[in-house]
Order: sequence, then C-alpha cells, then structure tokens
Amino acid sequence: MVGAACALYAARAGHSVALVDRGAVAGGTTGAGEGNLLVSDKEPGPELELALLSSRLWSELTAEPGAAEAVEFEAKGGVVVASSAEGLAALEKFAVEQRHAGVDARAVTADELYDLEPELAPGMPGGVHYPQDAQVMPTLAAAHLVRLARAAGARLLTGAPVTEVLRSADGSVRGVRTGRGEIHAPAVVNAAGTWGGELAALAGVRLPVLPRRGFVLVTEPLPRLVRHKVYAADYVADVASDSAALQTSPVVEGTAAGPVLIGASRERVGFDRTFSLPVVRSLAAGAARLFPFLESVRVMRSYLGFRPYMPDHLPAIGPDARVPGLFHACGHEGAGIGLATGTGHLIAGALGGAGPDPALAPFRPDRFPEEAS
Amino acid sequence: MSRSPHEGADGGTACPSLAVIGAGPAGLAAALAAAVRGSRVTLIDAGAQAGGQFYRQPAEELGARRPQALHHQWRTWERLRDGLAAQIAAGRVTHLTDHHVWCVERLEETSGFLVHALHGPAQEEPSVVRADAVVLATGAYEKVLPFPGWTLPGVITAGGAQAMLKGGLVLQGRTAVVAGTGPLLLPVAAGLAAAGAEVAALVESAGAQGVARHARTFAVHPDKLVEGAGYVAELMRRRVRLKARHAVVEAQGDGALEAVSVAALDRDGRVVPGSEHVIACDTLAVGHGLLPHTDLAETLGCRLEGTAVAADDEQRTDVHGVWAAGEATGVGGAALSLAEGHIAGCSAAARLAGREPDPRAWEAAAKSRAKTRKFSTSLDAAFAPRAHWAEQVTDDTVVCRCEDVPASAIREAVGELGATDARTVKLLTRAGMGWCQGRMCGPAVAGLTGCEPVPSRRPFARPVPLGVLARAGEDLPDE
Ligand SMILES: Cc1cc2nc3c(=O)[nH]c(=O)nc-3n(C[C@H](O)[C@H](O)[C@H](O)COP(=O)(O)OP(=O)(O)OC[C@H]3O[C@@H](n4cnc5c(N)ncnc54)[C@H](O)[C@@H]3O)c2cc1C
Ligand SMILES: Cc1cc2nc3c(=O)[nH]c(=O)nc-3n(C[C@H](O)[C@H](O)[C@H](O)COP(=O)(O)OP(=O)(O)OC[C@H]3O[C@@H](n4cnc5c(N)ncnc54)[C@H](O)[C@@H]3O)c2cc1C
Repeated sequence: MVGAACALYAARAGHSVALVDRGAVAGGTTGAGEGNLLVSDKEPGPELELALLSSRLWSELTAEPGAAEAVEFEAKGGVVVASSAEGLAALEKFAVEQRHAGVDARAVTADELYDLEPELAPGMPGGVHYPQDAQVMPTLAAAHLVRLARAAGARLLTGAPVTEVLRSADGSVRGVRTGRGEIHAPAVVNAAGTWGGELAALAGVRLPVLPRRGFVLVTEPLPRLVRHKVYAADYVADVASDSAALQTSPVVEGTAAGPVLIGASRERVGFDRTFSLPVVRSLAAGAARLFPFLESVRVMRSYLGFRPYMPDHLPAIGPDARVPGLFHACGHEGAGIGLATGTGHLIAGALGGAGPDPALAPFRPDRFPEEAS
Repeated sequence: MSRSPHEGADGGTACPSLAVIGAGPAGLAAALAAAVRGSRVTLIDAGAQAGGQFYRQPAEELGARRPQALHHQWRTWERLRDGLAAQIAAGRVTHLTDHHVWCVERLEETSGFLVHALHGPAQEEPSVVRADAVVLATGAYEKVLPFPGWTLPGVITAGGAQAMLKGGLVLQGRTAVVAGTGPLLLPVAAGLAAAGAEVAALVESAGAQGVARHARTFAVHPDKLVEGAGYVAELMRRRVRLKARHAVVEAQGDGALEAVSVAALDRDGRVVPGSEHVIACDTLAVGHGLLPHTDLAETLGCRLEGTAVAADDEQRTDVHGVWAAGEATGVGGAALSLAEGHIAGCSAAARLAGREPDPRAWEAAAKSRAKTRKFSTSLDAAFAPRAHWAEQVTDDTVVCRCEDVPASAIREAVGELGATDARTVKLLTRAGMGWCQGRMCGPAVAGLTGCEPVPSRRPFARPVPLGVLARAGEDLPDE
C-alpha cells in the first residue's frame, strides 16, 4: 500500500518511477489486514498530524471519478464506546485534546449512542463519534493506486525481489538489483513494510522494523446492522501499548460486501503463522460484548497478518542521512493503509529535494541508536 | 444455547483417550484397531451413520430392504459395522454422529487436544471432546472445474450422483452423461447404468489407455450389480459410449440442462476445432478428481505435501499426538484408506500406552498400503485435469458460485495487476470468499490464474457461531 502511494505521488510530481515488488500488488501485509482510515485512535502528536493529512488526501483521491467505488471507500465515521462512567470521562478528556489538534470528535450521550448504533449492548454510558474515520478495502486500494501511478507514467515490476542496493564509489545509492535485472536510479525508496529492516540492511543500515501479529475474524454476510466502526475505549491503550503480550479489544464494522469484520488482535510473536484459538476466542468475546446479536452469527474465516512495528510506534519516513539517495517509507504498524497517502505525499516532496521538511523530523529513519542486536 | 457439554469417553480412568475424526473406511479401521488395543476412542463424524463416502448408508428412513444389493464389499462393511457395535457396547468406543468438527485445538499447557464440534439441526450446538491424541480421517472432497453452463440445474457432481444412487433416489428414465477425468467416473457411470438411467456417454479427457489402467484402482465397486465384471466390460455391455480424450465444453439448456456439447481433444489437451457435437441429456455428472480435506490438519500446524497431509510410515503427522489416515493423506480408494486407518489405530494405541509400536503387528496392512499407493501415484499422473481447460471458459462463465465472480474478473486481476497467486486474485475479486470458502472454485481460480493449486488456509473447517467461538473450551472439567 505504502509503496503504491509513494509511486503515485512521485509520478504525479514528475519523477520517473519504477515500482518493484517481489510478489504481486498487495501481496504483503496490505492483503492481510483491514482498511480502517482512523484518526480516532491517535493521540495528538506527529502520527495524528500525518493521519489528518492522509485523511484529506484520501478524500481528494476518492473524489476522482470512479475512485470511491474502485477502492470501496466509505466515509462511515467511527464510534468509540465507553463501558463505564470512568471510562467515559477518560475518553471525553482524550477527545478534547484531539479536538485541539483538529479532529472532529463529538461526545455522544447514551441516548445518542443508540441512535448511532441501535444494536449495541444495553447499558453503555456514552461515547465519542468521529465522523472523519473512514474505510477502504486495502487490496483494492493498493490496486487502484498502482493503476493511477501507471497512468501517471510509473512502471510496475512484480515478481522481482530486490537482492542488492547498488551504491556508487562515494556511497550514494545508484539503483537496485532485482531477480529480474538491475534498475538504475539516483533514489531508492524502501517501502518493504514489515521486511523494511531487511531491505535497509541491503543498503548497510539498521532499521528496527518488527512484526506484530494480528488476527481478523470475518462473519457470514449480513444486512447492515453495524453502521460505523465501533470499538471499546480500551482499544486506544492497546494500540499504543509497548507490551509484547496479547491485546484484543476489537474494532467491529460492517463492510460493503456484507460480512462483519472483527479485528484485530495485537501480539509480538515474530513471524509465527500458527493459528491461535485463544486469540480469536477473545476477539469473538470482545465483539459479542459490544454487539450481543453477533452471538448467533457465524464466523466464516479468520486470517492473520504481521504489522510493521517500530519501537516508538512511529513510522520511518524520509531520507536516510547515512546513505545519500536512500529513503524509507515503512513501519506504519496498524495504520499503514490510512497513513499511506500522507506518506506518499511527503516522500514525493522529499524526493524533490526541497531541503529538510520539518514535517518529517519525527519520522527520521536514523533516529534509532546505531548498533545493537 | 446450551453450555458446552463435555462429551465422549471420560470417567477419569487411567485409560488414554483417542479422538478419531471421520467415520469412513479409514476412521472406522483406526477406531477399531485402537479400541481393541486398549484406547478409549471417541469417533466423531458429520454423518448420521458411520460409513463415510464409500460405505455411505442409504438413509434409515428410506428403509432400503436389501442394502447389500447396493454395496459391494458388504462383508468388509459388515465386519466393521459389527466391530463398531461391539466396541460401543463394551464402552470402549463412543460414536458421535452428526457432529461437525470446526477446529482441533492443541493444548499448550496440559498437552492433549480439544476437538470442537457443532451438532443439532442447525449445527449450532457446541460440543467438545478432550483427547490425548487425534486421528484425522476426514477423507476428500470432489474437484470440479467450470465450463460454460455448468451452473444449470441438472448438472451435478459425480459424487452427488453416487450419493443419489446410494441414497436410493430413482434415476430410471433419466438420460445421463458422465464427464471429466479420474477413476471415479467409471464406477459412477456403471452405477447410474445399473440403476436404470440411460448413460448416453462417458466423456473422459484422459486417453483410453489410462482409462483401462485405472479401472483397477477402484476395483471394488459399491454396487453389487457391477461386481465381478470389469467396469469397462460392464459399460460396453450396457452400450455406454466411452469417449476417451474428449471433454464437455458446454452445458446447454433453457433453465435446465437439455444437452451437452462434447469435443475431441488433441494430445496437448486442446479442443480439436470442428469436432464439437451435441448429446441430449437431462443429467450431467462431472468430476475432475478428489482433493484431501486438510483444514483441521493445517490449523494444527501439520505439514502438507502438495495438497495432502504428510504422514510417516506409522501414519503420524509431524505434530506430536496427531495421526492422519485415508484420503486426507492422498487419494487412493477405499482399500488404501482401510489399510492406513488400521496402521494409524495400532500405532496410536501403542504410543498412547507408552509402548514403541512393532510394525510387524500391521504387516499385512503395510503391504496392502504399499501396493495400492504405488498404483494410485501412477493414476495421479494419468488423470491430471487436461491442460488448456481454461480456454473453453468464456468470460461470462461464473467461476465462484458463492460470490458470483465471472472468469473475466479473474482474468483482469491477472492481466492488469500482475496477480500470480490465488490468494491475491481472491482479494481482488472475492472469488472463494463465500460460503464454501473456495472449496469449490479454488482449483478453477488457480487454473485461471496460471498457478499451482495450493490448499488455502481455513482455520475453521466449518462456519461457527460467534458465541460458540467466544466460549470454546471454557467449561471443561479439570483433569
Ligand atoms: C490484522 C491487521 C489489521 C490491520 N488493520 C489496519 C487498518 O484497519 N488500517 C490501517 O491503516 N492499517 C491496518 N493494518 C496495517 C496495515 O496493513 C499495514 O500497516 C500496511 O499494510 C503496511 O503497508 P506496506 O506497504 O508498508 O507493507 P506491505 O503491504 O507489507 O508491502 C510491502 C511490500 O514489500 C515487498 N517486499 C519486501 N521485501 C522485498 C524485497 N526484498 N524486494 C521486493 N519487494 C519486497 C513485499 O512483497 C510487500 O508486498 C493492519 C494490519 C494487520 C496485520
Ligand atoms: C463418488 C465416489 C465414488 C467412489 N467409488 C469408489 C469405488 O467404486 N471403489 C473404491 O474403492 N473407492 C471408491 N470411492 C473412493 C472411496 O469412497 C474412498 O476411497 C474412501 O471412502 C476414503 O475413505 P476415507 O475414510 O479416507 O474417507 P471418507 O470415506 O470420505 O470419510 C471421511 C469422513 O470424514 C467425515 N468428515 C470430514 N470432515 C469432517 C469434519 N470437519 N467433521 C466431522 N466429520 C468430518 C466425513 O463426513 C466422512 O464421513 C469413491 C468415492 C466417491 C466420492
């Protein structure tokens, strides 16, 4: 997803772009996650800034003819639900801070809550409504951005693993070697997601991208009973957590195609693909607590993916001071779909070489201490 | 909804427990072998009665008076059936019918397994069996490749036809064509003819040589009427036209099947231009081979070999405590399933009792296994679905019936977006995301994509109510 967005904005800015992937479009984490474009779960700070920028760019992109349908864009809004009075107080305080940062966050009373989501479990004291939250179908979104990038002149090379980052005598980047031949270019953007650390290593630099596993549950198709993205207030704490242990407060949402998606767990277990019944069990239990009617709805399948996770929960975006010509755009953890447009836009700007962009400072790829491991 | 009862053999004795999933030839043989050797066995199957695909029983209510007339190997079946009854009476086997297993969970802390199943009229009632070891004997399901018109009423799978036969449905007066590839087609055609249907043609895409050779795999036929006579002879006697190296390229009809268009194939499997001709029929039974059920094994983390569960000489998978037998480990007929099941049961019983099993105990079964396997491997080669089948699939042919995805959508994903694997195509087109989770269209999508069919991961072997999932294994008594 991120690579597709970088290619699109760079090509539209007039650069000559080759988009290279070892697999197919959306064959990585993008095809194994969900497509929430959230501002609601982010605390004020650089990531929220990026999310707001991205949200504007998503709106622009999906306003282009045919685009909203092509990516199944839905500006459905999010509803965060508190289950206790204390929880509600904390949630509302958080929303006030977000409002100062430019987020449209509306406190809702218990009554209003059930107007927004009639099927919610009874007894919830209230919540916050975030009209800016939206959603796309990630695979279709990546496919569409690739289509647009190609229309803007970018070249797509699939099935081409990058095996080497080519460097000049002075150390600067001069292209990549792939399984399908060399590509020469004065700039290389690392948008390898969860595998971004390996790609950085090919260029001789350390970038600590780690996998954080997530399971998603998919139900049988239903009429629209869940109208927004609905999640419990403790979700935000899970997202920002540093713990390796499992967290499973689920986001529940209906999709255009009918099935309800319930996701996603977060745990750091390396690249372990083994199915875990306890994990999906707690996802299911969390969803049923929010929406009791789901009890009798059948779960059709479950899938998992590995979010590209960085120690400080911020992505690496921008030029790498250690290797001239090397740029990074990875490590977006559980928000890479949403943050892709903003990332692509910033990368295109940085490729233009207009000097250091203050917006990129918090995302400096070389911010992590050298050496370790 | 009732709380999850803890079913199956229990009682807290020192006797180790074995769960056998699937009560076909493999599962029955495994359950009996293990019970006789001292294991407490719970035999779990989705069917109303034991028997699996091969000994599929006519429904009891139909009151079939002479079931033996429908079933060959009646003696083998009687032996298994009586053995099962005796073991149940002796309290060594518990047989759970109408139980659909949706997941087998390996317990990390306590070791052992929980077999999660659904039962009841709507398959919503949870039931959990705790066991020290598991035998997966889940069999195989049919592979069907699409062609224009294949969704018309009157087009059924070969297995569907077989089920109608064994279920006692009247086929007299029907005109049928049997088509596709593989050793299944012969018994199905012979069975249909014996049941009084007019079989207008048997259309097999492999060459005649292969057909003659494979007549031996399923040399035992469930239909007594055909017993003894070779299928080919039987079909000739009934004047069934055998069209080897031919394929059905289209099913025709207005609202229901009226005819099929059949064409000759060249050596590469391409349609010979101008060879198409029409055969009138109201029933078309198609099949392109069988695919092992691997969902439960995959979720447990068992290694697969191609499309089947990998098992060693003792029928053990690479996951400790999990055995696999029968068509789940590769397709080869009922005799092979029986042999593998027997070996799995012997091995599991010994190991559960803490003994190193002695392979001499199952020498005869091992011999039979070696012989049948060798033969079935050569069959696989002879009955690969014909190359180029996808060329006859028109753009508007529906490939995924659950999600209504036409071939054109899949071709776009491949051509325009560089999709080279079935998973990406699925995400781009929704093919395989519906009720059957790609069991039906998986091979077709892979074929149209131009990649090898790999089993897609399905953590749930059956759809499971969310409430059941949320409480799965919660109320188990401590042991
Ligand atoms: C369960 C789950 C739920 C999620 N839900 C959301 C959500 O609701 N909203 C949201 O915004 N985000 C969500 N995410 C996160 C999101 O999916 C990721 O942040 C995003 O997909 C990352 O995109 P990417 O382009 O960086 O990585 P990827 O999609 O993984 O792309 C990286 C690409 O690099 C290629 N590559 C790697 N190494 C090489 C090499 N050496 N040579 C060539 N190519 C290479 C890979 O093949 C891959 O295609 C979720 C993730 C998970 C797992
Ligand atoms: C149409 C047709 C005709 C055939 N004709 C012949 C023939 O003439 N001669 C011959 O030798 N062979 C024939 N065979 C093949 C023969 O039926 C198989 O070789 C044999 O039945 C395989 O035995 P098995 O025990 O491995 O699997 P099966 O007999 O398929 O038994 C598997 C059992 O597992 C159960 N099961 C699967 N998944 C689950 C789950 N998740 N939960 C609960 N239960 C589950 C199923 O209900 C089934 O009862 C034919 C097969 C078919 C389909």
